[in-house]
Amino acid sequence: MIEIRHLTKVFSGTSEHHALHDVSLTIQDGEIFGIIGASGAGKSTLVRCINLLERPTSGRIIIDGVDVTGFKGRQLHEFRSSIGMIFQDFSLFQQRSVLGNVTFPLELRHDKREHRQARARELLELVGLTDKEKSFPSQLSGGQQQRVAIARALANHPKIMLCDEATSALDTRTAASILGLLKNINKDLGVTMIVITHSLSVAEKVCDKIAVIDEGKIVEQGLTAEVFANPQSPITRELLKNDKLSSVLNGADLDEAAGELSGGGA
Amino acid sequence: MEVIQAFIDQYALLLTRGIWDTIVMTGVSTFFAYVLGIPIGVALVLTSPVGLHPHRIFHEILGWIVNMGRSIPFIILLVLLLPLSRLLVGTAMGVSGAIVPLTIAAAPFVGRLVEQSLSEVKGGLVEAAQSFGASTLQIVLKVFLKEGLPSLVRGVSITFITLFGYVAIAGALTGAGGLGDIAIRYGFQRFQGDVMIVAVAICIVLVQIAQSIGDSLARRIDKRK
Ligand SMILES: Nc1ncnc2c1ncn2[C@@H]1O[C@H](COP(=O)(O)OP(=O)(O)OP(=O)(O)O)[C@@H](O)[C@H]1O
Ligand SMILES: [Mg+2]
Repeated sequence: MIEIRHLTKVFSGTSEHHALHDVSLTIQDGEIFGIIGASGAGKSTLVRCINLLERPTSGRIIIDGVDVTGFKGRQLHEFRSSIGMIFQDFSLFQQRSVLGNVTFPLELRHDKREHRQARARELLELVGLTDKEKSFPSQLSGGQQQRVAIARALANHPKIMLCDEATSALDTRTAASILGLLKNINKDLGVTMIVITHSLSVAEKVCDKIAVIDEGKIVEQGLTAEVFANPQSPITRELLKNDKLSSVLNGADLDEAAGELSGGGA
Repeated sequence: MEVIQAFIDQYALLLTRGIWDTIVMTGVSTFFAYVLGIPIGVALVLTSPVGLHPHRIFHEILGWIVNMGRSIPFIILLVLLLPLSRLLVGTAMGVSGAIVPLTIAAAPFVGRLVEQSLSEVKGGLVEAAQSFGASTLQIVLKVFLKEGLPSLVRGVSITFITLFGYVAIAGALTGAGGLGDIAIRYGFQRFQGDVMIVAVAICIVLVQIAQSIGDSLARRIDKRK
């Protein structure tokens, strides 16, 4: 269980910026938890606080009953290695092969070479890239790169996985297959997932629960279906309205319409 | 034909010796300049305001020392470091005497080159490594140096070529030998223009070779295509 208690994050620079205001959330084991909100709302900051890539200004992060907020040094490294993370731009190591990328987290813990490679091959099979282990990231498509990143994130048997806009750089079809993969990993391996997205259709497809964040505050949270059916906050209603509009602009609905016009045959 | 044969007979040994001395002085001081320059570059990157361990005062002082080192003309550094050379390698003359000032002259330059190469490594990769629990040392070794390697290799050939020019000065000034020394001694002091021209031509060829090796090596190890 992940408990976020009264989390505040202030970026001090030329001017103080309150990225998060007293955020509290509880995420149960095995859930896929969506975080949605407009650009600059604080989604990434919130998720990066969970593995302490960002240091909270105040508040607590409690994982399975352990307060990790003050972790430093080796304890911090060990804690982080128990959480997988994937990124919008994949962040694969360009000078390492696919296999080398997936073994990276295990190298950090000085695992034996044979053990690392065996584990990496197992994961490459899981993500469907067995034949690519010797390739380099620059030789892969975006979807394949994100699969490698997912395999890498799973190398250490994490119980939690953080996904920051994992499908935003991908076309609709590839995004759907990555989301399917994440959903399977959640179901089969029981990994708790925190999924940032600004696409409500992504949230609707995969998330059990969602939280809507705006200007660093949680404005609404609950079961995905309930929030979608009966949005309480004006921000959520606004997001829902915009999402309908953008899916029309993306041609999603137009495709459907075209399919119907051509007699639905395919 | 006979003229060329006679030239070779007379100067082949001298020039071969000169090539060897030049390559040894350049190669060895490039190596030691990196031994000093890599930690400098790494320290600059880590302590920069956007680095893993921002430290304004340390960063500024180190940057200031590096700039100082780079702004002293080599010829002056050479003279200033004569005593240090004597202390470290027992002599200020000859090939080994030249290596100390060459190394010290190049180290700050190498520090900046390394800093440049490492800061080209995308911040997202450092963050990814952190998210898997990498320590700072692991990030330096497995992310910065590994991902920056093609760029670092390009820097090595730049350094080698820069030092190549310094070696000529050191050679001529302290009698350390090398092609520069030969060119000056024969060309200006004995008015043997032919020897000077050949020595300079060999320098040009060596620089071209160094550049090509650096470029092709960097290209070969770079897995971004
Ligand atoms: N390192 C930083 N220094 C200063 N301000 C920051 C920093 N990181 C984020 N911010 C600010 O905090 C706010 C929240 O940023 P965050 O990246 O969490 O937004 P987001 O919801 O993930 O947006 P997006 O959808 O564009 O990714 C923004 O206003 C941003 O400018
Ligand atoms: Mg973000």
